[in-house]
Amino acid sequence: MSRSRGRRLGAFVFLTPGLTYLVVLLLVPLALVLSYTVFQRGRFGGVVYEFTAENFERLVDPLYLDVVIGSLKIAAVTTVIALLAGYPTAYLIAQLPRKWKTIALVAIVLPFWTNFIIRVYAWIILLSGPGLVNSGLKVFGIEPLELLYNEGAIVAGLVYSYLPLMVLPLFAAIEKLDPQLREASANLGASGLTTFRKVTLPLTVPGVLTGSLFVFVPSFGNFVIPELLGGSKSLMVGNLIRQQFLSARDWPFGSTLALALIAVLLVLLVAQAWVARRA
Amino acid sequence: MSRSRFTRRLPAAVAVAGLALAVAACGGESSSSSDGTTVAAADQLKPDADLSKQSLQITVWDGYTPKELPQRVKEKLKVQDMKVALHATNEEAMNKLTAQGDSGVDVAFVSGQYAQALNAQGLLEPIHPELIPNLANLYPEATQLSYDKGNKYSVPYTWGTTGICYRTDLVKSKPTSWNDLLKPPAWAEKKVTMMTTERWLALPALKSLGYSVNTDKDEEITKARELLMAQKPHLLTYDDTTFGDKLVSGEAVMVEAWDGWCPTTDPKGNIAFAVPKEGSDLWVDTMVIMKSSKNKEAAHALINYILDPAIHSWAAENINYKVPNKAAMEKVKIAKGSLLDIPPARLLDGESIIDLGAASTKYTRLSADVQAK
Repeated sequence: MSRSRGRRLGAFVFLTPGLTYLVVLLLVPLALVLSYTVFQRGRFGGVVYEFTAENFERLVDPLYLDVVIGSLKIAAVTTVIALLAGYPTAYLIAQLPRKWKTIALVAIVLPFWTNFIIRVYAWIILLSGPGLVNSGLKVFGIEPLELLYNEGAIVAGLVYSYLPLMVLPLFAAIEKLDPQLREASANLGASGLTTFRKVTLPLTVPGVLTGSLFVFVPSFGNFVIPELLGGSKSLMVGNLIRQQFLSARDWPFGSTLALALIAVLLVLLVAQAWVARRA
Repeated sequence: MSRSRFTRRLPAAVAVAGLALAVAACGGESSSSSDGTTVAAADQLKPDADLSKQSLQITVWDGYTPKELPQRVKEKLKVQDMKVALHATNEEAMNKLTAQGDSGVDVAFVSGQYAQALNAQGLLEPIHPELIPNLANLYPEATQLSYDKGNKYSVPYTWGTTGICYRTDLVKSKPTSWNDLLKPPAWAEKKVTMMTTERWLALPALKSLGYSVNTDKDEEITKARELLMAQKPHLLTYDDTTFGDKLVSGEAVMVEAWDGWCPTTDPKGNIAFAVPKEGSDLWVDTMVIMKSSKNKEAAHALINYILDPAIHSWAAENINYKVPNKAAMEKVKIAKGSLLDIPPARLLDGESIIDLGAASTKYTRLSADVQAK
């Protein structure tokens, strides 16, 4: 009795700081944002508390729908590329001797030690018209390519920025895998590919899903990379939301767009949880 | 990203996307009056008030006034204390100033349209010219600004315009018209940039079509959209912040730019600025005194002090914006190629961008539309 009470007290003490933080700084602002979606834009900024459904009507405007669909596409392509590049990387790291494993993992998170914006700028220096890549091509007599300010550059930047978030959960999943399972599979006559398909991959699906989600979510809402590497010539949901809040003074519509973004991500999270449980 | 520069200029940017017309459009909802220029009843102020019993709180963009200003004001005006709060954008300042209750702010720096909007809400103390003898330092033109003719409730701090910034060595002919940017010649193919910040995207197209930058007519905005859509495949990028760097590197040869942002003083001396013949805009950042201020004499004294040529010239020298202060500008050493010498009369040709109220969402949609397609 007293022991269980002690445990409950302990739980209370340990959970309170984190929960308070979440409720005050996450849930309350989120509730505010959600409440704005049904009100009107204030002429001088802010919100006029008069009910309207107009924000949701605007949401289905083909223009904004196209932006949402376009962002989904870019985020999906980014995730697939990051997965294809990240899986072999994670797999190899997991096979390394302990010392090299640590070095490899540090190398993976190393880019996070530099500011995100600076790393994106580095891509501009690489890809721009008079940039490093084109100067290199010039040596071989190849005409300068238009590498920057298009969707390809956006995807390249997103993959680069979020690849570590794919590798780390994959590494965790692959490393946990009991090597004896693969040995057993080989002993029973399965080829390397079959072992991978039938043993390794199915057992690392949760890692694949977590990594994919970690890459997809920030890619979907990103607004810095489309602006810097895409030259603002294509718009993503993040840009749209930023525009509404910072330059259009349209908080209600910005909130509605944010709600749409959250809804898409919630669906994905639920799907991930569902698949992961079945895997 | 040159953030500080961005936020400093954003005032004018956002401002221009500003609030002002709201005032004229809906004078009825403000307590002051219907013509939008009438000011709230003035308080009785004493020119000989004891400033040592007053302290000042101002709100201003980061880097927009000298760092040591509070110290100097305390010494010079003998006020008890002076505190400086910063805002990144006009919107932020508006939130601060229009919140319920006393904001505690005595003097605020906001763009002209926002000053107009604040006044329409009855939040500003009329300027008492007898307490600001240095108003005489202003250019005559600076008292004829469309949002506040006669400086009834605002005093201009900086001003400027928008035009085409270009590389003299990389253009085949000098740009003179917005059409040079909208329909770039072959030598400028994929080497021009445009701004997208709200109303500036539409400005070149609207001006080239002979429309007002403040139009809310759907058919005019649609015409502008057609021009902008036709232009898009020929653009290098849309760029609101780094177009100057793109010119310097040679990636771009012509860009839509605010004058203060066009790097004409680049040591290579190959960058120039042109205001197209179809006309452009005029933006003004101003100082206003809040009705709720309990230190109005000190507030006037502060504005008077800032209008002192020795202080006001700081802005031109350090943030590279023109100041509407004749005496101050005469003090400033203008570097070769600098745009600081655009004469005030030329600036006044520009049309002030004013707030369009509900219609301003049309411009947001236009920006999103042009960028997304």
